[in-house]
Amino acid sequence: MSAVKRNKRDGRNRARFASGPTATVLRLVFSLAITFFGLLLVTFLIGRVLPIDPVLAAVGDRAPQAVYDRVREEMGLNLPLWQQFFIYISNVLQGNFGQSVLTSNPVLDDIKRVFPATLELATLATIIGVSLGIPAGVFAAINKGKWPDHVVRVIGLAGHSIPIFWLGLMGLLVFYMKLDWVAGPGRLDSFYVDFIEPTTGLMLIDTLIEGDMDLFWNAVSHIVLPASILAYFSLAYIARMTRSFMLEQLSQEYILTARVKGISEHRIIWRHALGNVMVPLVTVIALSYANLLEGSVLTEIIFAWPGLGLYITNSLLNADMNAVLGGTIVVGAVFIGVNMLSDVLYRLLDPRARR
Amino acid sequence: MRKFIAGLVMGTALATAPLMAQAETPKNALVMAFAIDDIITLDPAQIFEFSGAEYAGNTYDRLIGFDNDDVSKIYGVIAESWDVSEDGKTFTFKIRDGIEFASGNDLTAEDAAFSLQRVILLDQSPAFILGQFGFTADNVKEKIYATDDSTLVMEVDQPYAPSFVLYCLTAGVGAVVDKEEVLAHEVDGDLGHEWLKTNYAGSGPFKLNKWTAGESLSLTANEDYWDGAPAMKRVIIQSVKEAAAQQLLLEKGDIDIARNLEADQLASISGNDDIKLLSKGKGALWYLGLSQKNEYLSNPKVREALKYLVDYKGISETILAGRSQIHQAFLPEGFLGAYNENPYSLDIEKAKSLLAEAGYPDGFSVTMDTRNTTSIMAMAQSIQATWAQVGINLEIIPGDGKQTLTKYRARQHDIYIGRWGPDYQDPHTNASTFAWNPDNSDDAAAKPLAWRNSWDAGDLTAKTDAATLERDDAKRAAMYVDLQKDVLENGPFVIMFQETEIASMRGNVNNFVLGPSFDNNYYRYVTKD
Repeated sequence: MSAVKRNKRDGRNRARFASGPTATVLRLVFSLAITFFGLLLVTFLIGRVLPIDPVLAAVGDRAPQAVYDRVREEMGLNLPLWQQFFIYISNVLQGNFGQSVLTSNPVLDDIKRVFPATLELATLATIIGVSLGIPAGVFAAINKGKWPDHVVRVIGLAGHSIPIFWLGLMGLLVFYMKLDWVAGPGRLDSFYVDFIEPTTGLMLIDTLIEGDMDLFWNAVSHIVLPASILAYFSLAYIARMTRSFMLEQLSQEYILTARVKGISEHRIIWRHALGNVMVPLVTVIALSYANLLEGSVLTEIIFAWPGLGLYITNSLLNADMNAVLGGTIVVGAVFIGVNMLSDVLYRLLDPRARR
Repeated sequence: MRKFIAGLVMGTALATAPLMAQAETPKNALVMAFAIDDIITLDPAQIFEFSGAEYAGNTYDRLIGFDNDDVSKIYGVIAESWDVSEDGKTFTFKIRDGIEFASGNDLTAEDAAFSLQRVILLDQSPAFILGQFGFTADNVKEKIYATDDSTLVMEVDQPYAPSFVLYCLTAGVGAVVDKEEVLAHEVDGDLGHEWLKTNYAGSGPFKLNKWTAGESLSLTANEDYWDGAPAMKRVIIQSVKEAAAQQLLLEKGDIDIARNLEADQLASISGNDDIKLLSKGKGALWYLGLSQKNEYLSNPKVREALKYLVDYKGISETILAGRSQIHQAFLPEGFLGAYNENPYSLDIEKAKSLLAEAGYPDGFSVTMDTRNTTSIMAMAQSIQATWAQVGINLEIIPGDGKQTLTKYRARQHDIYIGRWGPDYQDPHTNASTFAWNPDNSDDAAAKPLAWRNSWDAGDLTAKTDAATLERDDAKRAAMYVDLQKDVLENGPFVIMFQETEIASMRGNVNNFVLGPSFDNNYYRYVTKD
């Protein structure tokens, strides 16, 4: 995904030198188009190089050869590679992303269904991660070398090294099986799975729209555990980065000046130092959020969470290229979108950028 | 700061508060966790996947069915009775009166004729099950037709064994769809195929409520079902891929049945009194396919040696733990003519002397394409360890399911470890893949398992064809026993196990039915205490 970011940054730099708003927009659109084209081309080629026969997903292993041959032709796989790609791109330009072989649905419909599941989980995880990670990082920084610092470091280290698969199952075993604090795998209890008609696709919001508080709390009790587990990983990262940014700031001369002027330590740490730390921290948070939005496959498998990660992985393993390409576009757009958002926040937070 | 504290408190509260009390599932609903992500379509003319077949088996009626415990007993479902003409080429079915589709339309012989024609006209993966009786898109409307509302006639091209024709009609392609409803959704002459892929037009004990691909499938009872309405008013199937998660849901009582527990989970629930197991021998076989393009594997002595080099008992008891039984012939137990003797067992000394006779006293090196799931990898590793004892160096090449299969289908493997499920209940289904290979060239028109392993089946091909025309069931069974013995001795297959399906259920669930194939797993008799 770093290619996307780089490309996009190039675009922005060029855009800065452009004169006039129209040129800026044009350049932006152009660079986005190039980015997406490149993304699709590479994904398409990788998909076709994979030693997986895409026809198998459509007809199964036991179909007679004649059916296999016919479907292969219907899927356009007998055409040269460049022609297949050309057909795909021209369909995409007309807004047609094709049908998924695995689900018999238009790819866009599938993505509209699976992406909100991931979005909901990633957003909640990021909120938890930020609201616990930043204080933990600050706390560690102001107690550098003392036990709170060590505690945060150990938690951070564990967050980076424990396999999420194990943590997820243990979480279920303890908090669902033994303690009964949260609900089990799935976005709702199995019995309710077909109760909610997706409006936004975000279960926490859809249940509220329908005004069913029982279902809302059911959805909350289902999302808490997977969100907390994902949050743990972003928390670990955010706390570590906060700590090192804070240490850097606290050794600056303006902090010394502030202390000399007699400003309270509380204000120095939370207003002066943290205020400056927020600027680079926004990028860190944005990156971790964007990573979560790709969908965490293992978490989605353990928690039977039908999200984007599972969808793309499953499609890729079946060489269901329409679905893979559609998913890739979404992931690319998410990265670009989150990057832009972090740029905007950066400008708002950094007084120098405001000028 | 205040905001952070608030966030911290909120986060902790969310993560720790007991949010809701757990309740049992309702008494009149059946809730299952089942890996149903293999369903790609709901059209019975296209369904060829395990869980798709189970869906069709519970929502559509077929002309005829068989007794799950004694498959030789074929009974009428939509067909009340049937006759076979003297020459064995004309089948006449009398259609039951008073059956209604979910749409309210009456089910007539015309619907049945349309449904069978539609299978041939759409020509999807399972179409050959009917197509093998000489039906083509050009002639099917003359060969399968209704003479009046209650009479369906089917003319086959040769005097086939009646059991062969009837068994094929018990398969999913025999499902009767609502002609009027389906044609109302026809687009560009597709016979309603695009629509039926995600919709429903049947007359079965359950009807489709909602399918969300890869997530869930829910059914509601057909209150007007001609053979009695099911006790379960709703059936909800949630797709849960991870077996450990299924186990937790079951032990907690959030679901009634877990369908995909593996050895670890089955062992750990064995002490739980709230849970009971139901098992049924299925038709699927686990086997090794030995490519005859490989110089070592094409040696008959080597093939024979390898059949003595599998720890059948150990794998069956520990790795597959109750989910299989040892079975070495190509017809699964329960099929007409199945040969249930298992002549091979682990015998290192015997294998060593066979390898020496073959000229490889010190073994050789060979690869095995292996799907990277827990139980298949474990089987492969057991085989690897056994073979090492006679000097055969087995390299396991792990890959995802579709990846190993792609290689196998292109005949690029040395050894493939796989699973084969029969397409329908007649012995011809497996005979025509294990013992039949009319053209062993790379661009053959038919590519059965024998072809994939580059094995020229010789006169077995003709014998297999002949068995479909033997109208005496006892003689026919004997022909299949001969075929199986021949393949056991000479074939490029080390057939090891026949699969057993295990459903793990809460103690209050009764009468869940598992049949020999997935389209005979029935929900309609289920009751809950």
